Amino acid sequence: MTLANDGVKIDEAGTTPQISLASPRDFFDLMKPRVMSLVVFTALVGIVAAPGTIHPVIGCAALLCIAVGAGASGALNMWYDADIDAVMERTTERPIPAGRVTPGEALGFGLVLSVFSTMTLGVLVNWLAASLLGFTIFFYAVIYTMWLKRWTAQNIVIGGAAGAFPPVIGWAAATGGIGIEAVLMFLIIFFWTPPHFWALSLVRSNDYARAGVPMLPVVSGTAETRRQILIYAAVLAPLGVSPWLAGYTGLLYGAVSLFTGAVFLALALRLWRANDATMEAPAWKLFFYSILYLFVVFAAWLVEALLGLGGAGPGGVAAWFGGGAA
Amino acid sequence: MTEDPDRPGIVLTEQQKRSRRGRSIALAIVLVLLVVLFYVVTLVKGPGVLNRPI
Repeated sequence: MTLANDGVKIDEAGTTPQISLASPRDFFDLMKPRVMSLVVFTALVGIVAAPGTIHPVIGCAALLCIAVGAGASGALNMWYDADIDAVMERTTERPIPAGRVTPGEALGFGLVLSVFSTMTLGVLVNWLAASLLGFTIFFYAVIYTMWLKRWTAQNIVIGGAAGAFPPVIGWAAATGGIGIEAVLMFLIIFFWTPPHFWALSLVRSNDYARAGVPMLPVVSGTAETRRQILIYAAVLAPLGVSPWLAGYTGLLYGAVSLFTGAVFLALALRLWRANDATMEAPAWKLFFYSILYLFVVFAAWLVEALLGLGGAGPGGVAAWFGGGAA
Repeated sequence: MTEDPDRPGIVLTEQQKRSRRGRSIALAIVLVLLVVLFYVVTLVKGPGVLNRPI
């Protein structure tokens, strides 16, 4: 394929012009805006919860770079997975399989945004945050998308790390370092990811099987997937409370994370008890609730940080034993 | 501007022109925002913006 006349593409025969009809909206869709919104939110919590102060303009610049970096990795993911997206019901309307954007356009878009977001974050904020952002894009686009996704049923377990990095990047942007609180935020998202995606893949397993993606329900069956969801939920629920237990957050966060974690576990338990015929409703319920869970838990942390209620307050178990964060 | 049907090359349809114009405007907006962002951050960080330890 060659380029001529202001980006007009001409096929190998040199006869049929293929002129891009992509709109700005299509390029925006390449950035997976819904995923990007969660990334921005968790990164915001990382920035606000971090000790010290960051100038609002620098904080906004950091958020923008993180958002664009997340969008870049989404575009690279859509470029590489265009063949899978074309056969999966859930993704056939994405810009590349729908024919609105060519794979080459998506690749160029993703690469340019990757470089720009990382370099801009480094120049405007700091290079630790930029390095973490660059690594996250690489991890999602290469380690997860190109390697793990089509190779192992543990794809989203390991690949989940990419989605867990934004609060750490936010923390690094605000402080120039990485704190234990940021690591806890990472771990919460890391252990949240498998039950979130497996709940979806339980009801979409035929889609994944048709596309040849070895998601856990396709490879190990639905019963094993429900068991794994329950295990991860059993780890996630106490892990969600751990920032309060360790004295890094206050009572508000402790109460919210305790309640929402218990509901998460109860929904996972209900899904585990279901069978193939009855699992669809509890799987959908857990999938949508998991989104709410992550939002509410991080929102509680954000509110505490904004109101100055966080830190080693009297609610922290560590404080009861005479410890707690400084 | 009117298109000359006898002019050699590829003549874009109205839809193709619209989408190209949309992309051009979006790109212009992004570039302007980028300039504003760097300008404002430079003001915020002061003259020592590039004088930083690595």
